[in-house]
Amino acid sequence: MQKINSTMLIEKAAQLLENGTADRVLGWKKGEFDYDITPAVFNSVDQIKKEFVFGDFCGANLSKYLVKETRKGDGKVAVFLKPCDTYSFNQLLTEKRFDREKVYAVGISCEGMADIFKVKQIAGDGIVSVSSDGENVKVETLYDGEKTIKLSDVIAERCINCKSRKCVAYDELMGEEGEIIDSDRFDMVSKIESMSEDERFGFWQNELSKCIRCNACRNVCPACTCEKCVFDNPDSCAQNKAPADSFEEKMFHIIRAFHVAGRCTDCGECSRVCPQNIPLHLLNRKFIKDIDTFYGEYQAGAQVGSRAPLVDYTEGDIEPGEAVMKGESENA
Amino acid sequence: MQRIGVFVCWCGSNIAGTVDVKAVAEALKNEPGVVFSTDYQYMCSQAGQDIIKNAIKEHNLSGIVVCSCSPRMHEQTFRKTAQAAGLNPYMVEISNIREQCSWVHKDMEKGTEKAIILGKAAIAKVNLNAPLTPGESPVTKRALVIGGGIAGIQTALDIADAGFPVDIVETKPTIGGKMAQLDKTFPTLDCAACILTPKMVDAGQSDKIRIFSYSEVSQVKGFVGNFDVTIKKKARYVKEDLCTGCGLCTEKCPQKKVPNEFNLGMDNRRAIYIPFAQAVPKVATIDADYCTMLKSGKCGVCSKVCTAGAIDYTQKDEYIEEKYGAIVVATGYNPISMDKFDEYAYNQSKDVITSLEFERLTNAAGPTAGKLLRPSDNKHPHTIVFVQCVGSRCANCAEKGKEYCSKICCMYTAKHAMLTRDKYPDTDVYVFYIDVRTPGKSFDEFYRRAVEEYGVHYIKGMVGKIAPEGDVLKVQASDLINNKQIHIDADLVVLAAAIEPDKSARPLATMLTASMDTNDFFTEAHPKLRPVESPTAGVFLSGACQGPKDIPETVAQAGAAASKVIGLLAKDKLMGNPCVAHSNELMCNGCSSCERVCPYGAITYSDKEFRMPDRTVAIRRVASVNEAVCQGCGACTVACPSGAMDLKGFANNQIVAEVDAICK
Repeated sequence: MQKINSTMLIEKAAQLLENGTADRVLGWKKGEFDYDITPAVFNSVDQIKKEFVFGDFCGANLSKYLVKETRKGDGKVAVFLKPCDTYSFNQLLTEKRFDREKVYAVGISCEGMADIFKVKQIAGDGIVSVSSDGENVKVETLYDGEKTIKLSDVIAERCINCKSRKCVAYDELMGEEGEIIDSDRFDMVSKIESMSEDERFGFWQNELSKCIRCNACRNVCPACTCEKCVFDNPDSCAQNKAPADSFEEKMFHIIRAFHVAGRCTDCGECSRVCPQNIPLHLLNRKFIKDIDTFYGEYQAGAQVGSRAPLVDYTEGDIEPGEAVMKGESENA
Repeated sequence: MQRIGVFVCWCGSNIAGTVDVKAVAEALKNEPGVVFSTDYQYMCSQAGQDIIKNAIKEHNLSGIVVCSCSPRMHEQTFRKTAQAAGLNPYMVEISNIREQCSWVHKDMEKGTEKAIILGKAAIAKVNLNAPLTPGESPVTKRALVIGGGIAGIQTALDIADAGFPVDIVETKPTIGGKMAQLDKTFPTLDCAACILTPKMVDAGQSDKIRIFSYSEVSQVKGFVGNFDVTIKKKARYVKEDLCTGCGLCTEKCPQKKVPNEFNLGMDNRRAIYIPFAQAVPKVATIDADYCTMLKSGKCGVCSKVCTAGAIDYTQKDEYIEEKYGAIVVATGYNPISMDKFDEYAYNQSKDVITSLEFERLTNAAGPTAGKLLRPSDNKHPHTIVFVQCVGSRCANCAEKGKEYCSKICCMYTAKHAMLTRDKYPDTDVYVFYIDVRTPGKSFDEFYRRAVEEYGVHYIKGMVGKIAPEGDVLKVQASDLINNKQIHIDADLVVLAAAIEPDKSARPLATMLTASMDTNDFFTEAHPKLRPVESPTAGVFLSGACQGPKDIPETVAQAGAAASKVIGLLAKDKLMGNPCVAHSNELMCNGCSSCERVCPYGAITYSDKEFRMPDRTVAIRRVASVNEAVCQGCGACTVACPSGAMDLKGFANNQIVAEVDAICK
């Protein structure tokens, strides 16, 4: 099976507009740099042919953009979704954030996306251009000229620990029907859990102190689609918990992790967009791991309408006291 | 800006003993919004309340903080005081400086510091309070009693007597419960059936009482005054309206080998049966687990002999929906399983029995027609050993027994021992006990009679082991008073098994959102002052579901629960709780999280048009709260990701303000 490439998607996007399946398409276009490819809405075939791109730097999850895009008038929005994006898509439907009828979803198979941070670590700063042929990444930097790096060396962490190559929602599938993967995504969480309290505090102190409160993690997060974010709402009492001092700075990420707990599909967008390269996804994964431990395995977005354990009650639920004790003994 | 008055109560020395109340009043004077602050010996007294009323008028107060006892004690008092002075009652906050401060501290300095902090928190909250007005809801004038034992029957009779319709739901085919299985009752030795059956008949004949026998409560929704209950009427394969209770089918049924649960499995019944002669309703029931017709389609004898044509093999479970204003829980008790008490050889010898089995053995309608014969060989036992506290007061054997005292065993064992000696004077009766507990009217006299008049051997000490050997039971026990080991060759051993709440109680508590203790007994709203009410409004407790009880206590509590129900049903309208949730539509995402966690079904959604921040118009799905249905539990406010759901009177910003005031 051929790997999905730019030509195939441009053709499909153009076709969906031409045959009237959709009247706009959500896809990707080139950003300021070759590697910073951004989500975009395409209204015409011309525009698609001119600007639509797809490649190993198209990590951006498009599902969240459907919330706003579907509100703009009638007509369907076509959207390209990688397997991990389809989980976010389902979760948004579970939360009734857009009308399924207004969307034409094209699932696309995916073998992992490149991480620009890893490229920079190898090639150095000052990247002028970057391109990938599916096996090798060619990088040109201001200081070191051209370099060739193996694509497999710069695959993003979230893709190495991919939880599923299966598209769980689509109207049409391009490429292979993948499978759900038994990944090692909780290994790092376990490692942090096994740290002493001081070490763990030190770890997060170090990571979270890098935060510049750019809000990129929140803005990109498909679980963060609130009409008004609590951090922007003076009545929510959470607003001041953001930038005031080093304690409240941490509170921002912890409050956010609590807000998306049980709803986070582990798409990893928060860590991808963080300009400070903070491994924010680990906070969410800790919640997912705990939910799995205490309530049985639960994957947000695997199905539409599933009741997340944290907002559901069954008689078999663990008592809060037992959960605390279990947590303490595991971390002891 | 609020104009707040602070009133610090001494509660005699209860608070003033550990908290410098004058210092508290002085310190709180300078908090934001406070315009008046004082202290007094007893704020709840008439004079104390007058101080509050005068201050409200004199200082034109818009809110008050009373630093006193728990709001469970006097919040209502001070709300009424404020209302009498023209202030909205929800502008009153109680700062609990007694239970949560003075009573738990010994150091005056620390107690005072903490009292000031607690006062500051309450002031921070009042600054954000807004006047609230409660809504009204109607009352459905019908009560539901869950459980048809003596507790349920008495409650239903009393409610019906006051003129309100009442339904009894009973899982067994007949009402009567445990009392119907008893022989005589202590301390007067009346025959249980003789005093119970007239009440069962009354319940069966009353035009106000409907009995749903062989039925279960399967769902409860709604709230006080307006419960929506689904009752599952299990298929009994007999048409209740046609069956005359003649019993012919129960004599002709060829399936004779069904353990008779009414006699605790000590004899057999047929697959179609009426539990006992005085059953109400006197209607046959087919046991689907044993009926050959239902299992293989071959038989049909009962249908052939039934002259009324009442047999219906195609009957299905039926679900009945009914509205109730009040619910009484009367689910009763069961003896615990003896499986874990290997030392007493209950599972090894048929001649080791429980006290309830002993009741059946001595009952004229029991398996031996009232003759005391031991189960293994139907011989008359000449040495009987009674063992008290089997599984009761098991402080260090919680994995097999109960920590509590089962309360009724001392008395029924004295009764068993006395009756045995009375009827069979040639029998030696031994009772092993930890303590004999007889605190009840005429109880101790009863016990003394067993010892002094009837010559029952009471031995303080526990039985260590019972070993069946030949046709005797070797009982090894300690006599603590004479400090020696005793060996008795007994013919029959009777174990006073601890009692525990019926297994149906826990799922029922979940349905009713009623709370339970660690032993699965229902919790009362206040252990002393509200003993028959559960903390859930509209749910009342009757009988042993609330704790071990004998018959007189059960009947007294049943009557008390009935009077509470009557008081509720006599009202036409109930004042609601104004502390309900509300949704800020501008912030609502329409995600349904709140709807999913709402236990009362109070949240609905609708599509509404909104002008968005970018000046476009969008149709969004938003939540709204039915305030008459909302009970103010606050589950939705926690589930809401955007903070659109908030609780009036307990708003997120009020709670955070309190926390901030404490942590500052």
